[in-house]
Amino acid sequence: MNSRIFFLIPLVGFLVLAIYFAVGLTKDPSKLDNDILLNQPMGEFKLVPVKGRTEGLSAADVKGKVSLVNFFGSWCVACLQEHPFLLKLKRENIIDVYGVDWDEKNPNDVVRWLARHGDPYTKIGVDDTGETIIDWGITGAPETFVVDKKGVIRYKFIGPISPRAWNDTLLPLITELRKQ
Amino acid sequence: MRFLLILWAALFVWTVQVSAVEPDEIMDDPALEARAREVSKDLRCVVCQNQSIDDSNSGIAKKMRVLVRDRIAHGDSNQEVKDYLVSRYGDFVLLKPPMKAKTMVLWFGPALMIVIGLVGIIFYYRRRSAQAAAGTAGVSPLSAKEQARLDALLKEEGSDK
Repeated sequence: MNSRIFFLIPLVGFLVLAIYFAVGLTKDPSKLDNDILLNQPMGEFKLVPVKGRTEGLSAADVKGKVSLVNFFGSWCVACLQEHPFLLKLKRENIIDVYGVDWDEKNPNDVVRWLARHGDPYTKIGVDDTGETIIDWGITGAPETFVVDKKGVIRYKFIGPISPRAWNDTLLPLITELRKQ
Repeated sequence: MRFLLILWAALFVWTVQVSAVEPDEIMDDPALEARAREVSKDLRCVVCQNQSIDDSNSGIAKKMRVLVRDRIAHGDSNQEVKDYLVSRYGDFVLLKPPMKAKTMVLWFGPALMIVIGLVGIIFYYRRRSAQAAAGTAGVSPLSAKEQARLDALLKEEGSDK
């Protein structure tokens, strides 16, 4: 009678695996280490300007106030989805958004893109080497970071910012950081 | 026939590992380039789930290959290059997960499963042979009536043929 318990082992094993997969498969492995740069000071960078402009972007520009650093590209469809929201942030003067443009096939692409859709950024730098995007652990676009006054990364948001994410997460955090 | 032979040989050529490293990326010093290749093979292309940056054609993999070579050229050790990328992307960037508390299950889980399985099998057979031994000892020999019936049945079966 007692030995029947052994026949339950495969069932128990199966249940353990099932729970493990049920949890594990809902996670996107590329987002697992989302918080790796959290609360770390951003690295130094000095990016070249968009073609035809004179001012690029450096770490010093971002520091001194709470700001957003948005990694984008003219090739990025989801960035376009987020674009009207960034324009609104600029229009209503809610927060400074700094743009890092990367992975352009042609330097003119981003010039055209900004002309066509509008420029929501306080300043834009172009990462033509990939050094800065790797330093920020970027895997795609758009990715947006909240950086505090001292230049410490406080939040990493992957994908287009939704109004809900803004109201529930980003805005409360920004308000909090501004008090510090 | 010759065509078939060539085709057959071509099958083997096909399996040769192709690297995505482009000519303009290759370092002048072959020793350093060899190190860069070695490091690149351990690094995951972060947009392709299960490909090393050495294998991937994606833009970000190319940027990472260039960065790896840049750092090696500036005197970083292989480990320093990897450590830097782990500090940016986490352990995810390593194709082979590092051994640490969080990954113990990953490393020792399969061996543990085999041990559990073996213990289970040993217990099962021990119990069974113990039961079998107890079984033969406990059964009383056939009575005369039972033996007669068994003989009759066996004979009946034999008569069928």
